[in-house]
Amino acid sequence: MRDTSDTGRPQAIVTLQDVEKYYGEYHALRGISAEIRQGEFFSLLGPSGCGKTTLLRAIAGFEDISSGTIRLDGRDMEGVAPNRRPTNLVFQSYAIFPHLTVSQNVGFGLRKAKMSPEDKRRAVGEALEMVGLGDFGARAAHALSGGQRQRVALARALILKPRVLLLDEPLSALDKKMRQVMQVELIKLQREVGITFILVTHDQEEALVMSDRIAVMFEGGIAQLDDPETLYRRPASRRVAEFIGMMNFLPAQVTGTGPERIEAEVAGLGRVTLDAGQCPGEARPGAAAVGLRPESLTILFDSGVAHDREVRGTVAEVTYYGDMTYYDIALDGAPDTVSVSARNMPGRRVLERGETTALAWDPRALSLFC
Amino acid sequence: MNAVTRALRSEGGKGLIMVSPPLVYALLLLAAPLATIVLFSFWTQNFLDIDRTFTIANYAEALSDPLYRELMLRSLRISASVTAVTVILAFPVAYFISFHVAPERKSLWLFLITIPFWTSYLIRVFLWRVILAFDGPVNGSLMGLGIIDEPLTFILYNANAVIITLAHAFAPFAILPIFVSLEKIDRSLLEAARDLGESRTMTFLRVTLPLAMPGVLAAVLIVSIPTVGDYVTPRLVGGSGGTMIANMIYAQIFDLNDRPMGATLAVLAMAIVAMTLLWLIARIRFWLWLAEGRGVWIALAAGLAEILAIRAIFTLGPGILGTPGTVLGLLAIATLGSVLIFLRVPKGRAGI
Repeated sequence: MRDTSDTGRPQAIVTLQDVEKYYGEYHALRGISAEIRQGEFFSLLGPSGCGKTTLLRAIAGFEDISSGTIRLDGRDMEGVAPNRRPTNLVFQSYAIFPHLTVSQNVGFGLRKAKMSPEDKRRAVGEALEMVGLGDFGARAAHALSGGQRQRVALARALILKPRVLLLDEPLSALDKKMRQVMQVELIKLQREVGITFILVTHDQEEALVMSDRIAVMFEGGIAQLDDPETLYRRPASRRVAEFIGMMNFLPAQVTGTGPERIEAEVAGLGRVTLDAGQCPGEARPGAAAVGLRPESLTILFDSGVAHDREVRGTVAEVTYYGDMTYYDIALDGAPDTVSVSARNMPGRRVLERGETTALAWDPRALSLFC
Repeated sequence: MNAVTRALRSEGGKGLIMVSPPLVYALLLLAAPLATIVLFSFWTQNFLDIDRTFTIANYAEALSDPLYRELMLRSLRISASVTAVTVILAFPVAYFISFHVAPERKSLWLFLITIPFWTSYLIRVFLWRVILAFDGPVNGSLMGLGIIDEPLTFILYNANAVIITLAHAFAPFAILPIFVSLEKIDRSLLEAARDLGESRTMTFLRVTLPLAMPGVLAAVLIVSIPTVGDYVTPRLVGGSGGTMIANMIYAQIFDLNDRPMGATLAVLAMAIVAMTLLWLIARIRFWLWLAEGRGVWIALAAGLAEILAIRAIFTLGPGILGTPGTVLGLLAIATLGSVLIFLRVPKGRAGI
């Protein structure tokens, strides 16, 4: 194992090296290499069919990989059965044993543990307490709600103190409110137990909220691996930008490139000068696209204040969310409408369809995709 | 609109109209003959006429005659053996189809299992007679291979032959319910058990088997109930040692022209099968409950003690109470015990 502790970073607990997986002709995983650090909350994010669940199941030992290596805690996992890996998996369906009680479910993995029956009972009680199901031990498993099943599945996996806890879309079956509650609880739980969590999700918001680092996957490969903020602010490709949050794209023409600065002519915004760092990959003259987030455009409700960079546009559509309003605005000189978000603050009115308004923007918020 | 048409147009009335043809059919062809049999069992045959005075003399005779008792016990024994053999052999087949056959091939496999039903039951029984015969293919090949010196005689015209033939005939009835219950098991449960540290064997014992129990129980009932009263197989391959209670019922009604006695034996056989199964299910529930609450050894000890007690009553009882009293007493104890268990012991994890 490559020890990274000497570089000051936390040690890698899971090391993936050139992991490939074929199902017959189908290339499910393409050269996955990544290091997941001890104690971090790591997410595999991607649309369905991108290979994220396959990768998770490969780490758990339920899928053999075609080539490459998976190391857990420095040990090569080649040929190691799932029951002998230091991982535990929380299944998407939770896989609660319907013929057992809640306590029996949670204590399922303790059969071989060298503990007295009293210690086992106490461990089960503590695990249930930890997930907030202290009084549910005697309940039949089939009488639980979705959120409770989720907690039982967590307690059942965590009681074995795995080195890595794998979570396969654990929140996708819950309603929105419950999902938000469980997101916060999972983060707290992870900090409390200090175990490395690897979460598979297709919900970019969930990944952003919960993770220390996120690997965005498309078609079996990792498109970008970064912390949530970098991922959101500096997406590595137009595809990642489209997948994470909402992003508007304006057609642009790159007119000049230099080692530090890039000059471009952007439809609706005019001539802009960008930092080289705002363009992932290499900038070359010609047609390109500029991405900007809905919150990067500021609607100038108070038109008395003058701004350096101002554009005008017509409101084409209004979507009211309570705390926020999203406007589709046709900028003068841009072919498509752009989505602009505005916080609904006291004293601020909601614009109506057909109104024209001035907007301010900041060139630092732009990303250039060549 | 009068009350009758209004009642018939209500939701319940419509349902009643819908089920009435099969209901009438069932009443005419099931309930009526059954009632007739029960009625006959309280009459007596008086040479060519039926004496219609109410009497329980038939029951007294049926319960005290050692011949009837032996036939009834043998029928239960054979049925239990057939059930055990069939279910134990059916489980791996059902397991294989459910877990190892590609989903698109499963229907084909189930279809293949029903192939024996394409020929008549009678012909299948007859074929077993040929296969197991003194000079049949089983004995022929075993002797040809030099494994045995003279033909095996314990495989035809006795209880073994009946067991072999019935186990083959009832195999699909056992495979199908077990297959269905295995199909219903969420495969992620098996992965979860593996993930929680259990080997394949322990996963089978702790997850697959308990979840398949409802199917196994259904198979037990489907196989055991009809085999107790089977008539054709013991008649054709059973010889004298394999004769069962149904053969005696036939003999009473058609050979000895004693319809009331035949009816009495039929009613008794039905009651005994019902009580035995009730008792069995109640005991399984009780034992599982005991095993879960007090430990497996306590449950095993209780089961053993119960079996020994029944044996003791069977051997000692007739001397004290007389045979009818013993049998009725046992039935009463079993029934009361079962009812008590069903009322007091909660439904266990195997769905029983």
